[in-house]
Amino acid sequence: MTDTFFVPLVWLILLPLLWATLAFMRGPDRGGRLAIAGLAAQLALASVLAGDIAVHGPRNHVVGGWPEPLGIALVADGLSAVMLLLTQGVTLVLAIYARSYFKPGASPWFWPLAGFLVAGMNALFLSGDLFNLYVTLELVGLAAVGLVAAGGTAEQIAAALRYLLATLVGSGAYLFGVALLYGSYGTVSASLLGELVGNDAPLAVWLAGGLMLGGLLLKTALFPLHFWLPPAHGGAPAPVSALLSALVVKASFFLILRLWLGPFASLAPQIAWLPALLGASAILWGSWMAIKTDRLKMLVAYSTVAQIGYLFLIFPLLGSGKLALQAGVLHVVAHGLAKAAMFIAAGTLIKISGNERVLGVTGTADRLPVTVFAFALAGVSLMGLPPSGGFLAKWLLISTALAQGQVWIAGVAIGGGLLAAVYVFRVLRLAFRFSTAGDTIPPARPAAQLEWTAFALAAASIALGLFAMPVVSLLEGVAP
Amino acid sequence: MSSGLLYAATGCVIFALGLGGVMLLDHLLRRILAFNLMGSGAFLVLVGLAQRDGTPDPVPQAMVLTGIVVAVAATALALTLARRWHALTGRDEIGAAGKQRGPDD
Repeated sequence: MTDTFFVPLVWLILLPLLWATLAFMRGPDRGGRLAIAGLAAQLALASVLAGDIAVHGPRNHVVGGWPEPLGIALVADGLSAVMLLLTQGVTLVLAIYARSYFKPGASPWFWPLAGFLVAGMNALFLSGDLFNLYVTLELVGLAAVGLVAAGGTAEQIAAALRYLLATLVGSGAYLFGVALLYGSYGTVSASLLGELVGNDAPLAVWLAGGLMLGGLLLKTALFPLHFWLPPAHGGAPAPVSALLSALVVKASFFLILRLWLGPFASLAPQIAWLPALLGASAILWGSWMAIKTDRLKMLVAYSTVAQIGYLFLIFPLLGSGKLALQAGVLHVVAHGLAKAAMFIAAGTLIKISGNERVLGVTGTADRLPVTVFAFALAGVSLMGLPPSGGFLAKWLLISTALAQGQVWIAGVAIGGGLLAAVYVFRVLRLAFRFSTAGDTIPPARPAAQLEWTAFALAAASIALGLFAMPVVSLLEGVAP
Repeated sequence: MSSGLLYAATGCVIFALGLGGVMLLDHLLRRILAFNLMGSGAFLVLVGLAQRDGTPDPVPQAMVLTGIVVAVAATALALTLARRWHALTGRDEIGAAGKQRGPDD
């Protein structure tokens, strides 16, 4: 990559900003086609970058030739490449869905906001210093809040406000941590801090670590800090819920993982039990609420609360070998694909049946076979049945936990799969039941894009179980 | 205690006050102001702690400037949402976080 103009790292951030701005200038409801073209180009760029990293190892780029600390350093390793591929891929499919989902005027500013969101996430995956990570974290948060509010109903505004306050507290705590770290070491470069922070770190650094972890856990909605997630994800329009659940919570998880493996690598193992314990509680509580709730999208949103729990079970296992990291990242990808599929399938079901309760899906298997099948396939991955990506992630997690004698983690992972089966079958059982109201509802057929996009995402989450080697090999070069 | 440390300690107190405000207050405007207080606390720590040997360090100043821009944008969004919420419902609070439920669960 000697050409300074064609640097995928930079264009992955610039392209979404470009099409988001153009979409904004063209006015309400415009820019969908532009977004799809831009996202396709970004997916190609992310693939080029991933191929490059697989061969040559991590890539660096100094924006504008200005060195740190004044300039902005972009860094991409295998972990960033996986997250970038997931983000561009899922967003591209969701964009195709959204183009036929939104009626004119329903969410006029979806396209610019989605573009800014993707730009923020890409920048987050590529940033090499903690302060720029703060800025990207805020970009992602503000764009996501805008997307939740874009529908404009009172319920959505309340959810957006609650989400905004939670996300601002989270990034405020993170910023305070950055300030303490800069005060202690005089740098915010993630790689430099990794060498500087040792076991003898002063109290301020512990405080910084605690605040940053706490703030990011709030943004990732780990139990008991998940209160803002169900109304925001359950109340937003389906494509937005899918973006938030599949990708946005993973962005702050990615940052936790980065800090855990990088700057705080020598401090983190001492508190590794805490995220794991909260993760286990999240699995139980989220699943229980998903089993209980009577609204379909709330069910899917609480399932996200539960599935986030799995991501945190890996932390006590990270110390030895790469298997735990692989399990965690595979779960991020499998859940990202499956949850996006499930939310947009739920969106189609609600759109066609006109009923947002779980009971509304009764008898839909006849009329919407592809959508119900997509929902079921996504459910298979969430439950962790073979041969899905969710199965592979859980299997890696359980075998690593058993190898290290952490039997309780394996137990929670298996139990969580059973609970997921309960809430998934709760929906499927109704979908296959004969509908008594079937005669009164006109047999509306949704657009093919609504049905087959959900199917494509769900099928991808299953296929991940069969073709996971590229993902795993990308992670080879990532610390520890 | 050097002046830098004094600034940093004050920043800690202000941050804690702001954090408490966002979490405990009801009125939306107060919560938004409290969030800004949190930010100011963090900025004070950033600038205060970085003063080694009395010479100011330009890098945290640049960070604070960026942080202020971010805080202004966030405040504008929060105010817009709060205004819309007030216009739609006539209320100026959304209930303590987590306590309010949707209409039917």
